[in-house]
Amino acid sequence: MAWDYILQGLFEAFKLIFSGDPELYDILLRSIKVSGLATLYAGLIGVPTGVVIGLSDFKGKEIVKSIFNGLMGIPTVVLGLILYLFLAPAGPLGFLNLLYTTTGISLGQMVLILPIVVSITVNSIESVEEDIKYLALTLGADESQMMVKIIEEASPGILLSLITAFNRAIAELGVALMVGGNIFIKGGEMNTRVLTTAIQMYVTRGEISMAIALGIILLSLVYLISMVVNYIQKRWIEV
Amino acid sequence: MILLRGVFKTFGEKVVLRDVNLKVEKGEALAILGHSGAGKTTLLKIISALDTDFKGAYTFRGIDVKRDPGRVRKCITMVFQNPVMFRTTVFENIAYGLKVRGYSKRYIQEKVEEVLESLGILELKDRGARRLSGGEKQRVAVARALVLDLDTYVFDEPTSNLDIENVKVVEDAIRELIKRGKTVIFTTHDLLQARRLSNKLAYMEKGEIVEIGETERIFREPGDERTWRFISGMFL
Ligand SMILES: Nc1ncnc2c1ncn2[C@@H]1O[C@H](COP(=O)(O)OP(=O)(O)O)[C@@H](O)[C@H]1O
Ligand SMILES: [Mg+2]
Repeated sequence: MAWDYILQGLFEAFKLIFSGDPELYDILLRSIKVSGLATLYAGLIGVPTGVVIGLSDFKGKEIVKSIFNGLMGIPTVVLGLILYLFLAPAGPLGFLNLLYTTTGISLGQMVLILPIVVSITVNSIESVEEDIKYLALTLGADESQMMVKIIEEASPGILLSLITAFNRAIAELGVALMVGGNIFIKGGEMNTRVLTTAIQMYVTRGEISMAIALGIILLSLVYLISMVVNYIQKRWIEV
Repeated sequence: MILLRGVFKTFGEKVVLRDVNLKVEKGEALAILGHSGAGKTTLLKIISALDTDFKGAYTFRGIDVKRDPGRVRKCITMVFQNPVMFRTTVFENIAYGLKVRGYSKRYIQEKVEEVLESLGILELKDRGARRLSGGEKQRVAVARALVLDLDTYVFDEPTSNLDIENVKVVEDAIRELIKRGKTVIFTTHDLLQARRLSNKLAYMEKGEIVEIGETERIFREPGDERTWRFISGMFL
């Protein structure tokens, strides 16, 4: 009896997935777009920041690094709440009208994953062997050419930081729910429903098969990306 | 001309180079001998303008190295004992020094292939450099330096950990440089290699250059007891 209920849900979930249910794929595409943009923004800000921190040597560098490290684990619920307070109409950033928009979610997720991008980028820059620096110099590179070489050497690690960040963004619920609001109107243009908020909603509504279908999709996506990461680490980082 | 005057180098409390005075004329082939820990690598890094954090004076062809190490590094290159590779292909590794000097693609292509050919590693051209064997890496490291066609070359124990065939290739390359009138400075544990390749020899111990002079003269009659002990120790 208890198993029936889950198996029934699974069966219908696969039917939804393979029949190409439009609502389901609409949510999937929105998720990828929203978190993809978040990753793009986080990359544009976080990679240069991480490179500068990684290459420079200043007092308090370790403190800056530990701050970003600590922020990597921020609970998404708390961040969602903070962002909500800032973006709500009465909040300090209310005038931006970002609450309950996909842009709002993207920016919120950007805040969430920025520490990941910065931390991993700093790490990969710092783990480039010191000998590589000397090698570039003794082959005639000037200081800036040498730094470009170090960034090149760190590039698989930097790519890894972006993929890890995307995975974290697409799988988080707190920000998407509180900033996005899980809005969905058929044919509407202001929809903010993404995979995680949809799963949460369908479960509370008791529409188990749709929840399972979305869960399977999210899991496959995250798993696929992890495999890509694995491949990059194996094939590229060693070369 | 390379001219070091009263060079001291310390790591924390530890004095690694002690009052080093050294003059290397154009076209000379200088071997630096000494036990491990004597300070050979440290000295080579200073000579190659990779380390300017020392006491004393160093001029390279009249350039004050402390003031303009970048300019000196364009004229001298060092092949490290541990052949680090960039995360690129063999070709890209060897092309790097020419690229940063702004040579044309065509010239680089031609030059790199020529050097690969001369070291017998043309077939490694498109391989990932980090995936090569130790001997192959060392050949690439030598190729990276040769392709630059500079006047001054520095090798840090260029043949330690190599098998006989690779030793021969590397030694031939060094010999060719010397023949072409380049200034070559190298360190080695191998007395016979020093004798085969160099015309000038320095013996280092505990951060000091104990003795320096013509290679054959030092082998025949070392002027310092410590040198004598090192040389005779090798044949016991
Ligand atoms: N970065 C460093 N920090 C501290 N000590 C060092 C460093 N590099 C070398 N040394 C020390 O300096 C001494 C000389 O080293 P090195 O120049 O590598 O000798 P050699 O090349 O003759 O074996 C050694 O005692 C070594 O431990
Ligand atoms: Mg050494």
